[in-house]
Amino acid sequence: METVIEKTNVNVDIEALRKEIIKEENIVFKKTIGLTDNPLSYCPGCGHGVVHRLIGEVCEEMEIIQDVIAIAPVGCSVFAYDFFNLDTQSAAHGRAPAVATGVKRTMPDKYVFTYQGDGDLAAIGTGETIHAANRGENITIIFINNGIYGMTGGQMAPTTLLNMKSSTSPYGREMDVHGYPLNITDMIAPLRGVCYATRQSVHTPANVRKAKAAIKKAFEYQKLKKGLSIVEIMSNCNSGWKMTPVQSNKWMEENMLENFPLGDIKVPQDK
Amino acid sequence: MAKARGLVEILFDTCKGCELCVNACPFNVLQLSDQVNAKGYHPSMMVNPESCTGCASCAMVCPDSVITVYRVK
Repeated sequence: METVIEKTNVNVDIEALRKEIIKEENIVFKKTIGLTDNPLSYCPGCGHGVVHRLIGEVCEEMEIIQDVIAIAPVGCSVFAYDFFNLDTQSAAHGRAPAVATGVKRTMPDKYVFTYQGDGDLAAIGTGETIHAANRGENITIIFINNGIYGMTGGQMAPTTLLNMKSSTSPYGREMDVHGYPLNITDMIAPLRGVCYATRQSVHTPANVRKAKAAIKKAFEYQKLKKGLSIVEIMSNCNSGWKMTPVQSNKWMEENMLENFPLGDIKVPQDK
Repeated sequence: MAKARGLVEILFDTCKGCELCVNACPFNVLQLSDQVNAKGYHPSMMVNPESCTGCASCAMVCPDSVITVYRVK
């Protein structure tokens, strides 16, 4: 890195370059209008921000910003209504699929999605999740899995890996005492009400693009009334894991993805 | 063949200095600044602008959407 700095600015007139390139028609990427201008309240490097942006971009591209209702969970993303430029309803802890069911049945022509973390969806809201999936509600669940209760201080969640340290399992999760990590997306995928189940991650640019495509597909299946679609997105929790953002992404790639392999778990069979 | 030239603009006051963009850039264009912003973070900045191709990898991984990418062919 040192050598890079020394090389910098040799024969480069940055101001001239800026004047030449910074024009409206040269923009290849800018912040989506699906998000508000409020700065996100998440920790630096948190995967939540990327997923928020992807949802905003998908809504912008599909031109459905006026027709989307988001159901916010309890957890770090409880303030999602501040960040999404969408209509939002907060639900009690774990109850987002139940609230989404009511909203979707009242307004069947709107796009309804829930945005939940693993403590919300896989622990406290297991019942709601399974029964919404079993009923085949026409909603989309965006499930952020970081293997920990991030907001309350990094406690062990059902998705915590074996031997993974958390504030309530300081010697690592033990199978004898705490059981195995719960893989809820694989668990609900065989239900007949579920049309689309996939697991993605947001730790590299390529994975971010794939995750965006998956979210878009889920919204399209909802439009076609195929049933419930769930997009699980593996994310880091650098504060909870006590690592830097870069380290936590690396750790996730090396450890989490072994237990939670990426890819489509279920796709609709008929055309 | 002339390669594409790019430029990124990073919002100084909303960047949280998480360093993910620095790590994601394939051409080592970005680095954390020595300056401190209003929130107390070291924001990311371009140190190697002539290498930038405008591939938008940095913007893809940016959790706070503070990066705008420009590209000319």
